[in-house]
Amino acid sequence: MSLRGKAAIVGFYEIPTQKEYPDRTTFGVMAEVARGAIKDAGLRKEDIDGLINGEGVNSITVAEALGIQPDYTASMTTHGSSGASSIATAAAVIAAGLANYVLCVFGEARPRSSSRMVGQAQGKGILPPASRATEWELPYGPVIAMNGWYGLIKQRHMFEYGTTQEQFAKLVVDQRFNAAANENAVWYGQPVTEEDVLNSRFTNDPLHLLESVMPCSGAHAVIVTSAERARSLPNDPAYILGVGGPATTHDVIWQKDDITTTPVVSSAPTALNMAEISINDVDMAQFYDCYSILAMACLEDAGVSKKGEIGPFYESTDTTYKGDFPINTDGGQIGAGQTGGVGGGFRHVVEGTRQVMGRAGLRQASKADICLVNG
Amino acid sequence: MTESNTNVSLKPEPRPEVPDLTMPFWDAAKRHELVVPRCTPCNAFFWYPREACPTCLRSDSWDWAKVSGNARLHTFTIVRQPLHPGFQEEVPYAFAVVQLDEGIRMMSNIVDCDVMEDIEIDMKLEVKFDDISDDWTLVKFKPA
Repeated sequence: MSLRGKAAIVGFYEIPTQKEYPDRTTFGVMAEVARGAIKDAGLRKEDIDGLINGEGVNSITVAEALGIQPDYTASMTTHGSSGASSIATAAAVIAAGLANYVLCVFGEARPRSSSRMVGQAQGKGILPPASRATEWELPYGPVIAMNGWYGLIKQRHMFEYGTTQEQFAKLVVDQRFNAAANENAVWYGQPVTEEDVLNSRFTNDPLHLLESVMPCSGAHAVIVTSAERARSLPNDPAYILGVGGPATTHDVIWQKDDITTTPVVSSAPTALNMAEISINDVDMAQFYDCYSILAMACLEDAGVSKKGEIGPFYESTDTTYKGDFPINTDGGQIGAGQTGGVGGGFRHVVEGTRQVMGRAGLRQASKADICLVNG
Repeated sequence: MTESNTNVSLKPEPRPEVPDLTMPFWDAAKRHELVVPRCTPCNAFFWYPREACPTCLRSDSWDWAKVSGNARLHTFTIVRQPLHPGFQEEVPYAFAVVQLDEGIRMMSNIVDCDVMEDIEIDMKLEVKFDDISDDWTLVKFKPA
């Protein structure tokens, strides 16, 4: 059974993404965006009978905290792809009749950087139990956060395809331009130049600091319902035309056979085939971008450029919200911040919805009928 | 540094707990031998060591196979900002994915060279056993 056109996003809400929300709680910010999304959709809390959230917080606990009695509930546990995957699951749940109105909610309010905490714990001589990471990676000195893994991919991409530092920097410049016009972005009003990116320090060569996300607090939510119900609600719906994945194949990058090819190589064709369109019909993309290299490799695998040619694509394409092929029009995670609780990937869902609904204000792209979102 | 600190390790080693499953690897490294898991029924090498062969899914059916330690560099990154503070005084160093001639890939460091000048993807490597202490040896690689 195809999910084409069976479900739609009918409301969304987010709070600004900030370095910290020291005086808030995770359930507090989740409740705020849930309330906002329900109201935006023209619904009441009692209408919500499905709940999907990110890993780290059990969905049963979230249901209890928010006072929701779902007929269907799940926590997505595929790391960064959890956000976009929640929409695929919600569409399937609705098409199967397991729930009518699914709240997808992601966020975190703790001043948390998991890598910093692990580093501090290790500095005190406290190690987590034996694992792949502690036994086969840690003795060789990994980089802070996930930077090492993406430095390894970037190095290999530059070797295989000749991608240049300037081409990676262009992605950052375009996204920071977009973030500068997004008042919810952590880098609101702060564009950067190519020189800024290239002159920012290497956390690990060849990866610059400005090509990396800032771990942040924040929260985002949307409501998904059937296409039929969507037509009687106040907002112009964002119909879900096709979905694919989560197609994640590995937990850590060095375990992958071809490290410059991403799981999007299978999930994008699945989604596009279901939607009965080709990549040429897509007006814009909101793509997971914890680091410049990941967004660029995923865009290639979706067919936005041929494999290995995403560098020249960025060089010759204006990807800002004013451009010919807008990408990450809210700034993406690199420009707007990476919401904790695997909420980083969910920002792409919210911005895609905003653009397709025609509600992106200053950042509204001139053509936003079809948006491809990758978590 | 004051005198009273001389007994305090300035370099907290991120030394892992070693479960029974992988103890033979670490014992071999101490003898300057590189051993990796190889499934007995299906002959597949795999890395990292785990309970079941990821090729045929048989569990507890593999043994340790001694390999040459000849390898090629798959990719690498030069670390400036380590996760673990114990590595701070080592920067810059090369954190690398190494592909053994047997086809499996492991994380390691590239040593015995100028990491800023001498390292390139696909270069030939050979194993270099780094005796961190009397009872702990790490498997690293150097240009062949």
